Amino acid sequence: MIDLLLPVEKVLTSYSLVTAFAVVGVTMWISYTLSEHVTKGRIHGSAIAILIGLILAYIGGIFTGGKQGIADVPMLSGMGLMGGAMLRDLAIVATAFGVRMTELREGGLMGVLSLFTGIFVSFAVGGAVAYAFGYRDAVSITTIGGGAATYIVGPVTGAGLGASSDVVALSVAAGLVKAILVMTLTPFLAKSIGLDNPRAAMIFGGLMGTNSGVMAGLAATDPKLVPYGAMTATFYTGLGCLLGPSVVFFIVKLIIPA
Amino acid sequence: MTIYGTAILSLSLLIGLAAGRLLGALVGVDADIGGVGIAMLLLIFSTDYLKRTGRLQVSTESGISFWGAIYVPVVVAMSASQNVRGALSGGVMATLAGALGVAVCFGLVGLFVRLGRGKEKEES
Repeated sequence: MIDLLLPVEKVLTSYSLVTAFAVVGVTMWISYTLSEHVTKGRIHGSAIAILIGLILAYIGGIFTGGKQGIADVPMLSGMGLMGGAMLRDLAIVATAFGVRMTELREGGLMGVLSLFTGIFVSFAVGGAVAYAFGYRDAVSITTIGGGAATYIVGPVTGAGLGASSDVVALSVAAGLVKAILVMTLTPFLAKSIGLDNPRAAMIFGGLMGTNSGVMAGLAATDPKLVPYGAMTATFYTGLGCLLGPSVVFFIVKLIIPA
Repeated sequence: MTIYGTAILSLSLLIGLAAGRLLGALVGVDADIGGVGIAMLLLIFSTDYLKRTGRLQVSTESGISFWGAIYVPVVVAMSASQNVRGALSGGVMATLAGALGVAVCFGLVGLFVRLGRGKEKEES
């Protein structure tokens, strides 16, 4: 029996990207079937697919102890390549094909305003939570605040300011919580916050900023909105890394004298 | 040819990411600022130019639109390779920092969307 399975495992592992295409395809099919027949179309198929993805990621994390979800299982390592930055960015840029310039220009100003508001508000909320939990040094407060921006802004800010490694780990966890919440909650809250047009998507991308959260959240809501949200969100992490260790840290230091 | 479309898309992404990195380096951060956004603009401008001059063939377009259509599955693969265990093991403080930020931002999205609409109505 084992002898029969071994060659199969070898094929699945060495052709891991192809395996990933097949696994994701099956996941999509299951999700869209569930969406249509069980939820009667109330929950979008892609929202279910993303949720299944997150559950798989959790299971993978528990069994392997790794950081890449289900992609840490050797046979499914192709999931990491398929969902990694390279193919993800290629696909997201492709969604811009057919976007009208006028719509981008109309949402532009509010998009920029949302970006700066989103970054400062996230730092403020994250920093306030850190303060409430007893952190009194500006470095830790700013780093955890950065984590509330994105899971990249947190550690980059922490590294720039020389934060301790447990504080950096907390900021990464805060950023991951944010990304996952945005992924899962967006399709359910979209209607009540008016997220149904390109301009709103640009505001959403700027305020939320977390790339993976925005991209998956919008994909689960209405794939047509994806390029608009991505357009603003793509500036968020870079700006956050720029403002965090400089302007934000300076403000935090003014409020909390070391 | 289909590959022409994919090549235009790839070049847009590569140039955009390089420009984003350059922008980051100029302001002194080791991060990419808006690379994907710049790439999107490059793709919009270049395909628009080719369309206007009548040189964007259907097969070329399919080399771009395939990747756009594969976007949702790619995002599903991305969500399956997230560090969900890491997010859930961060403790109360990390969860609260992330969740409160999300809650406030969702509220702000609603507010900003309405603000924008109000202005639009005043103008027209």
